[in-house]
Amino acid sequence: MKFVDEYRDAEKVKRLAESIRRATSRPWNIMEVCGGQTHAIIRFGLDELLPAEITLIHGPGCPVCVTPIEIIDKAVAIASRPGVIFCSFGDMLRVPGSAKDLLTGKSEGGDVRIVYSPMDALALARKHADRQVVFFAIGFETTAPANAMAVVQADRLGIENFSMLVSHVLVPPALRAVLDSPACRVQGFLAAGHVCAVMGTGQYEPIARQYGVPIVVTGFEPLDILQGVLMCIKQLEAGRAEVENQYTRCVAAEGNRPAISQIEKVFRTVPRKWRGIGQIPQSGWALREEYSRFDADRRFGLEEMTAEEPAECIAGAVLQGHKKPHDCPAFGTRCTPDHPLGAPMVSAEGACAAYYRYRRHSGKEESM
Amino acid sequence: MCLAIPGKILDIFQQDDLPMGKVEFGGITKDVCLAYTPEARVGQYVIVHVGFSLNVIDEDEAREIFSYFDEMDEAARQEEAEGHA
Ligand code: SF4
Repeated sequence: MKFVDEYRDAEKVKRLAESIRRATSRPWNIMEVCGGQTHAIIRFGLDELLPAEITLIHGPGCPVCVTPIEIIDKAVAIASRPGVIFCSFGDMLRVPGSAKDLLTGKSEGGDVRIVYSPMDALALARKHADRQVVFFAIGFETTAPANAMAVVQADRLGIENFSMLVSHVLVPPALRAVLDSPACRVQGFLAAGHVCAVMGTGQYEPIARQYGVPIVVTGFEPLDILQGVLMCIKQLEAGRAEVENQYTRCVAAEGNRPAISQIEKVFRTVPRKWRGIGQIPQSGWALREEYSRFDADRRFGLEEMTAEEPAECIAGAVLQGHKKPHDCPAFGTRCTPDHPLGAPMVSAEGACAAYYRYRRHSGKEESM
Repeated sequence: MCLAIPGKILDIFQQDDLPMGKVEFGGITKDVCLAYTPEARVGQYVIVHVGFSLNVIDEDEAREIFSYFDEMDEAARQEEAEGHA
């Protein structure tokens, strides 16, 4: 496949790993922010190609993993109401809530449907004018343009039986939360390429300056990730802390202007609870007052609902890079993809699921 | 949902006043909203998230990473040439 295969060339991967080895003189800890990057690193065994001095720390950038438990509970509650069609991305169905997940809600009679895009949910609302169609709007800055468009279209086309359960999260405040943690070991970041394709790179400048950390906007293929690591190491070795862009084929410094203006029209910044991490100020998006009639939280009167996370799951420490999935006593025993205790075991982008899939046995199933 | 792969635009059309594209991902074709990349043309590659194209891949920039290896090769050749001089 074009723009995929050539970035997985094993020979070039080895040469980049060699360049990294030569550029590295002492230990460095680098966090890859995005779950998509974590998945690629574990799948292709990229961390094992790096010199022993470099530790890759897996970051909080998996939207499924950070969606708070009470939002799952709300989703299950809405899905069980008569007359509701509840639409979600497939990954969310097996994320455990306090009592059950959406899949259980479905087996108990809830009309839960997997959709690929919020526009599919909107189409369902048009088709079933007598039903309430609710879309589970989760994700980082990458899914926000789509979700914003669904609301604008519902408003424009007068589709009043459509609403969204919104739990949007934002990357820059999460990076600050990671850096502010007293246990933080992160010295540089590979920032999430597609988030920056939407929002641009400007938001990261003040973080790089204030905390003195290099931030390299990085893509998702093996060559991208290794080049991102090399750029980050060169900065660290030289004592620089700048925002650099490895992923120039997809990311412009100013981001995607039409998408940003649509997001600003529909969403406002709010404090948001992150699963395993807790509340982070100004770290989420919720619908603006003008669009609040499309807010499922209000429509179904669930604003006050809260829930506690299971004590055994150490997802918070995993998501902030303090612990690896292996360190969790439940990993691979009481917690597996078939019976996940925590969200990072559910999504393909979750660190626990990636380790389970590619690192459970001593030998890897796939490597370069 | 962030594991987006690049897709090729096969056709462009309108639906509910939005520009849409038929986009092919390794053999599978999907309808994708192009409202956020109005500059996209048939034959170009886009990165798609949950049914929306977020950017058109810049083909010149896409080659950039490979010039790094060319430079490395060139440096190695020069070193060797100097070694023989
Ligand atoms: S292995 Fe399971 S229980 Fe342990 S941190 Fe990961 S998701 Fe939570």
